[in-house]
Amino acid sequence: MKYTLAVLVENKPGVLTHISGLISRRAFNIESIAAGYTEEPDMTRITIEVEADDEYELEQVVNQLSKLIDVIKIIDLTGQDRIHRELALIKVKASPKNRAEVINIVEIFRAHIVDVNKETMIIEITGEDTKIEAICELLKDYGIVEIVRTGRIAICRGPRPAKNV
Amino acid sequence: MKMNGAQAVIECLKHENVEVVFGYPGGAVLTLYDELYMANFPHILPRHEQGAIHAADGYARTTGKVGVCIATSGPGATNLITGIATAYMDSIPLVVITGQVAVSLIGRDSFQEADITGITTPITKHNYLVKDVKDLPRVFKEAFYIARTGRPGPVLIDIAKNVFAAEIDFEYPKTVNLRGYKPVCEGDETSIDAVFTELCNAQKPLFFIGGGINLSDSSAKMREIIAYTGIPTVSSLMGLGCVSQNDPHYFGMIGMHGTYAGNMSTTETDLLIGFGVRFDDRVTGLLNEFAPRAKIIHFDIDAAEINKNVRTYIRVVADLKWSLNTFFAKIKQRTSAEWHQQFKPWLKQMYAWKEEKPLVYDKKSHQILPQQVIETISKITKGDAIIVTDVGQHQMWTAQYYEFQKPRSFLTSGGLGTMGYGLPAALGAQVGAPGQKVICICGDGGFMMNCQELMAIADLNLPVKVIVLNNSVLGMVAQWQRTFYNGHYAHSTFKTKADFVKLSKAMGVPAIRLENKNETQKLLENAICSDGPFLVEICIPNEENVLPMVPAGARLDQMIMGG
Ligand SMILES: Cc1ncc(C[n+]2csc(CCOP(=O)(O)OP(=O)(O)O)c2C)c(N)n1
Repeated sequence: MKYTLAVLVENKPGVLTHISGLISRRAFNIESIAAGYTEEPDMTRITIEVEADDEYELEQVVNQLSKLIDVIKIIDLTGQDRIHRELALIKVKASPKNRAEVINIVEIFRAHIVDVNKETMIIEITGEDTKIEAICELLKDYGIVEIVRTGRIAICRGPRPAKNV
Repeated sequence: MKMNGAQAVIECLKHENVEVVFGYPGGAVLTLYDELYMANFPHILPRHEQGAIHAADGYARTTGKVGVCIATSGPGATNLITGIATAYMDSIPLVVITGQVAVSLIGRDSFQEADITGITTPITKHNYLVKDVKDLPRVFKEAFYIARTGRPGPVLIDIAKNVFAAEIDFEYPKTVNLRGYKPVCEGDETSIDAVFTELCNAQKPLFFIGGGINLSDSSAKMREIIAYTGIPTVSSLMGLGCVSQNDPHYFGMIGMHGTYAGNMSTTETDLLIGFGVRFDDRVTGLLNEFAPRAKIIHFDIDAAEINKNVRTYIRVVADLKWSLNTFFAKIKQRTSAEWHQQFKPWLKQMYAWKEEKPLVYDKKSHQILPQQVIETISKITKGDAIIVTDVGQHQMWTAQYYEFQKPRSFLTSGGLGTMGYGLPAALGAQVGAPGQKVICICGDGGFMMNCQELMAIADLNLPVKVIVLNNSVLGMVAQWQRTFYNGHYAHSTFKTKADFVKLSKAMGVPAIRLENKNETQKLLENAICSDGPFLVEICIPNEENVLPMVPAGARLDQMIMGG
């Protein structure tokens, strides 16, 4: 099963090395990892998606990560009422001939076109990973040149921030 | 107060009450060494950085204090790695200081540059790269705090060369402020209530003690609990000495080379209570069949140890100091006599196993057998020496036959199994415990890995006694080859036989060879009671096996027995 963890860490050099080092040493199955600044200047939030067979395996991931000195808190968002999103930028072939078709797809998915040239355009899309995969599937027919994805980030609904959970 | 970074490092060490450092100089730490020299700070110079770090480790294990080690950048730092990993696996508190190339040179493959924080990330509890002299006091304060609190471990501080020369207005912080590090002390008392209830219902409970008892200095409390309840007790390699080997409720080590009674009881027990153990594969054998009839209760300070290897029924996550006190208070709700009565039949069964198949070797052999050597050393020292081993057969024979009496008296690389650990660790142990007998027992293979440290021992005239059990083979490897690889001794025998007596003398340590069995007692007595350092080379047969033995991946009760 897939679990989503919010990992709050000190915003210090070496933190990401410590986290990635631990993940590889303990042979954890990480599907996606996304890090960025937060509302607090000295705190970074890392969203980790981990594949674990059972809760014992997940418990190990959480407990081992918690042992890192720079990890402030870990919140398991899996069972909670949450929103998760991913951002993708897709460079797709779009000749004047089929450009209209591509634009059509972009509109259906409520994505945006952020750059165009004679041969290609760049599409920006946010959403759940299934949505991103669906648009990629359709765009494949036109020829995808390049994809960048951020990995999943997640936040809980309701007034309370995860750090106070 | 204004000073340079190197002086600041020394100030930090003084604030942390560091009595001595083990180190080896080089370019990146020259400024620091100059200040050590001028401050006349106690420093011990081994002959290899690996020696320095194992010595700091041996010092930490005997004293319970944080061991401190210094090395230069690049090769100096990388030579420490085996020692850092050794300490990490056995949860030994160390602060390791390495020099790094100057900030302006970092990242350019500069001369003697190695990314030591990157390399040691998986084998340290934490590490730091200091590029700004202002950070030094805070980093040192945190490093010592992290190394010795919670589950102890090594912390590395990599300091760029220019930082040592930079000026700082020194002030040592009074407190640490680490949001992400709050070591647990007290646990959940209801979990101990639950343990009490289980114990009341158990027929065949078994205490399983480990290195955590040593690290938390809980040996005395543990002994009280055992005496009060009469519960049979077994140990891991790292737990040896925490309970006297002559305690009537003690049944030896369990696992691959555990006793028959120990391994049988682990298979039969209905309630296994582990204290400061981590259920490693050398202990459990086939994991799915480990303690198959038991509910497992796990006392440990590290929450990540719970359910890591075995499934735990009740967890008590706290400092053993707290949990054993609380536990003891709880079990006093019933009288000692009641507890003893409850477990009497089980204890009888334990004695039956012990009598049925005790540890045996051929006492009538005309050759000098290693088991007999260890027994003799044990008698001469009355089990009261600090015993340091290397890794291999001699390590297991020592674990089986030396009658340890006190905690922190058995120093061995348990988790990593590091050959070459023994001699330098004995050096460090003797520095930490100058009044005690320190005896290093090693094989001829592992001895050669760090034999250069005889010279450091000679420098200081440390009264370390070194026993080299020379079987002219890599004994433990040969035993596996004999047992599981059709006797193919693939590169486990040495062609050139070293003369260890000459070698020892050449490095300044008097030595003697024992060849005649009848002289064992007298010769060992003379050596052990001598004033200064001394080495005894003992020629033992090369086909002796360590038994019992549970083959890797087998159940604990599937032992190959001796005799
Ligand atoms: C650094 C290192 N290299 C290799 C090994 C694998 N190993 C384990 S025991 C052993 C043989 C040790 O031989 P010796 O030191 O002569 O001791 P004996 O087993 O004969 O008592 C070897 C090679 C190890 N544990 N550590």
